[in-house]
Order: sequence, then structure tokens, then C-alpha cells
Amino acid sequence: MSSISVRPRPGLFWFSSPQTFFALAGRMTPWFFAIAVLLALIGVYIAFFVAPTDATQGESYRIIFIHVPAAWMSMFLYVVMAFWAAVGLIMNTRVSSMMASAIAPTGALMTVLALVTGSLWGRPTWGTYWVWDARLTSELVLLFLYLGFLALQAAIDDPRRADKAGAVLALVGVVNIPIIYFSVQWWNTLHQGSSVSLTRSPSMASTMLLGMLIMALAFWSYSIGAALHRVRTILLERERRAEWTRELLAPKGLK
Amino acid sequence: MLSIFMQVVRRDLLLAMRQKADVLNTLFFFVVVVTIAPFGIGSEPALLRDIAPGLVWVAALLAAILSLPRLFANDYADGTLEQMLLSAEPLSLIVLAKATAHWLSTGLPLTAMAVVFGLVFDLDRYATLTLVATLAVGTPVLSLIGSIGAALTLGLRGGAVLASLLVLPLYIPVLIFGAGAVSAVASGLAVTAYFLLLGAFLLFAAVLTPWAVSIALRISVE
Repeated sequence: MSSISVRPRPGLFWFSSPQTFFALAGRMTPWFFAIAVLLALIGVYIAFFVAPTDATQGESYRIIFIHVPAAWMSMFLYVVMAFWAAVGLIMNTRVSSMMASAIAPTGALMTVLALVTGSLWGRPTWGTYWVWDARLTSELVLLFLYLGFLALQAAIDDPRRADKAGAVLALVGVVNIPIIYFSVQWWNTLHQGSSVSLTRSPSMASTMLLGMLIMALAFWSYSIGAALHRVRTILLERERRAEWTRELLAPKGLK
Repeated sequence: MLSIFMQVVRRDLLLAMRQKADVLNTLFFFVVVVTIAPFGIGSEPALLRDIAPGLVWVAALLAAILSLPRLFANDYADGTLEQMLLSAEPLSLIVLAKATAHWLSTGLPLTAMAVVFGLVFDLDRYATLTLVATLAVGTPVLSLIGSIGAALTLGLRGGAVLASLLVLPLYIPVLIFGAGAVSAVASGLAVTAYFLLLGAFLLFAAVLTPWAVSIALRISVE
């Protein structure tokens, strides 16, 4: 790592420089967290005070306001992670690979959240915490894929090798997710069909849907904020010998 | 092109024959895992007949996982792998040859051994035949997908355990349709779809995994 800091010229790769991206991420993080908190407050208000009680499931259905956004994010984040990992592998941009590493823990967290809230909802509704149903099982497999990615990166000492190996694994995972999903669906299905679809009108009250979408946006915003915050930490750690990090940390008495 | 493929297969099989213990231990592991299950589950013949396909398949998965380090570790240790990476021949072809040799020395013996388990667990003739046939189509997929895990974890501390963590979730579709076909036969259902899907997995894996493995090997060895 060179100790001479060379400022890149504006262009496609402007923010692929650790230094400029660090500053950008620092400016964006508070905004995303603020939006997340604001939307979550609105979403929770709708969830508890506006949305009607479900005719068949009673009050216990309200957990979907956490469960569904978490499940959406868990799947979406894996694709985003694989995308940045692929960009890092193909374009050889280090910040993209760091972005993938920063997204993985949030994705794993969302997967755990979806599984836990799902089982808490399953207990009063199905009478059991866990069933070997297609969607539950494939969500669990998704968690294994996240953990595999994290474990592989943790096992490799050289950061550049960790980036590239993780990228190959994430891409193999992305190719396999649809195969695993449809195999598991063939294997067994109990989970209710999706209630939200783009092609037909949703089978739920519009206030419920509104609350869920607002919560989804809140989760989305939180995930971006958390990933940006984490990528800043990764940047500082990896670039700790670079001139700009030294200049940044020196006034704070850190070296 | 074909000659380098045949040469690598022959070389790896020759090495496997020279170190018979490795190959036999994998097979022995497979037998022990399947045999030990009734002690935990009970000796009820009807129950064992029901779970036999899944049990044999899970044991085959574990045996395949256990034998993964053999794919690249020795070649990596003595520098042969580096020569393969430097060679002018396409690396994906060498990788495909190595996976083929790995299957011939692990998957194929397991497949043959499954005939005995069909008898031991009192499967009827048609179900035993299906079990053997699914293993014959499915175990090459295990070798191919497994080679990705072996390549990514090459030379890492605790690489073997890590490789199994990475690879086992990817084995699930093969397990579902492999064991599912045998259960379908037992309940008198058609199995064509299962074999078509297993065959699709095999073709898909044969085309794509050598490419991913060559990238992974270059990353791990550089």
C-alpha cells in the first residue's frame, strides 16, 4: 500500500478511491439512519394503531410488519452483496469488494430476524415454531450461505484473496439460490402463498400493505446506513497505513 | 485437448491407486455411517426401509465432503498445481479431469456399494436399482460442486471443515431429487422427472463449475 495519496480525477471511478468513498459514506450514513428511524416510527404507528385486526389470525399477524420486510431484505441483500463482489472481482476495485463484505453481516442479521419472527408467528398460527416447509427451509439455507461467506472471509488472512474468494462464493451462491429455492419448493410446501404480487391486487387490507411497505423502506434505509457505516470501518482498518487515514486519525490521537 | 484430459484422469487415478488407504477410508466411512444409523433409530424394518434412501444419500454427501481435500491439496503441497496453472492447456479442462478422477475414485465405489445397502435395508429390486442409478447421476455433481469448495479453501487453516460448510448447502438440490426419486419409486410414482432434473444438474455443473474452480484456484494460489 502506497503512502503517497493520489487524488483521482472525477469520472466513473471517482468514488472507487477509498479516500473519496470514505468521505461520501460518512456524509450519507446519518441521513439513511435518520430516514430509517423516521419511517420505522410511521410504520410501527400504522402497524399497531391503524391496521385492522386480522379476521382469522387475530393480533399475532402484526409480526409481519417486521417479518416480511426482513425476509425481503435478506434475499435482496444477498443479490446486492453478490453484485458488489462481482464488480470488485471484474473491475478490481477494492471498495466494491469491501462493500460486499460490509453488506454480508446485515444480510445475515435480516435472515436471522426473518427466521425468528417467522417462528414466533408460526407458534400461535400453525401451532409450532418450526416446520420443514419450503420457504422456511430455503431461508435457513440462505442463512448458511451468508455464514459460509462470512466464515470464508474470516479464514483468509490476505484481504485481497478474501475479497476474491468471497466473490466467487457469492456468485456461485447467486446462481444456486433459484435452484435451491425451487428444489425445496418441490420437496415440501406449507407456507401460505405470497400475499403481495405485482401482477394481481394484494389479498390484504390496504393499510396493512401501506404499513408493510413503509417498514420495508425503513429496513432498506437501515441496511444501506449500516452497510455504509461498516464499510467505513473496513476502509479505516485496511488503509490504516495510508497517508489520508493517518491525517484523519492523528488529530483524534489515534494511530 | 482430449489427450490432456485423459492424461490428468490417468495420473490422478494412478495416484489414488498408489494411496489405496485414502480411497478405501472414504468408502469405509460411507459404510460405517450408514450402518451406525439403525443403532440410533431402531431396527424396525419398515421404518428403516422408509429412511434408507435419505440415509444412504446423506452418507454419500458426507463421504464426498470428507474426500474433497484430496482433490487439490497434495498437488498444491508439491507444486504440481502451480505447474498446471502455468500450463498452456485450458485450466478448466484440467479441473474437469481432476473432478472426473475424483468421482471415479469416490463416487463410483459408493454407487456400487449402494447395491448392498439396498439388500440390507430390504428395498425391492426396482427401488435398489433407482438408488444406484440416482447415485450414479448425482455423485458426479457432488464431486464437481465440491471442487469449488476445495479450491476456495486451498491451504487455509481448518480448510476441510470450512469447505464442507461452504459446499453442503449447495448439495441440497441433489439430495432432494436423489433421495426423492427412490421414495417416489417406493410409493409407485414415476421417476422420470427426478432423473431429468438430476441430469440437468449434472450438465449444468459440468459446464459451469470447472470455470468457477479455475478462477478460484488462481485466486488461492497467486
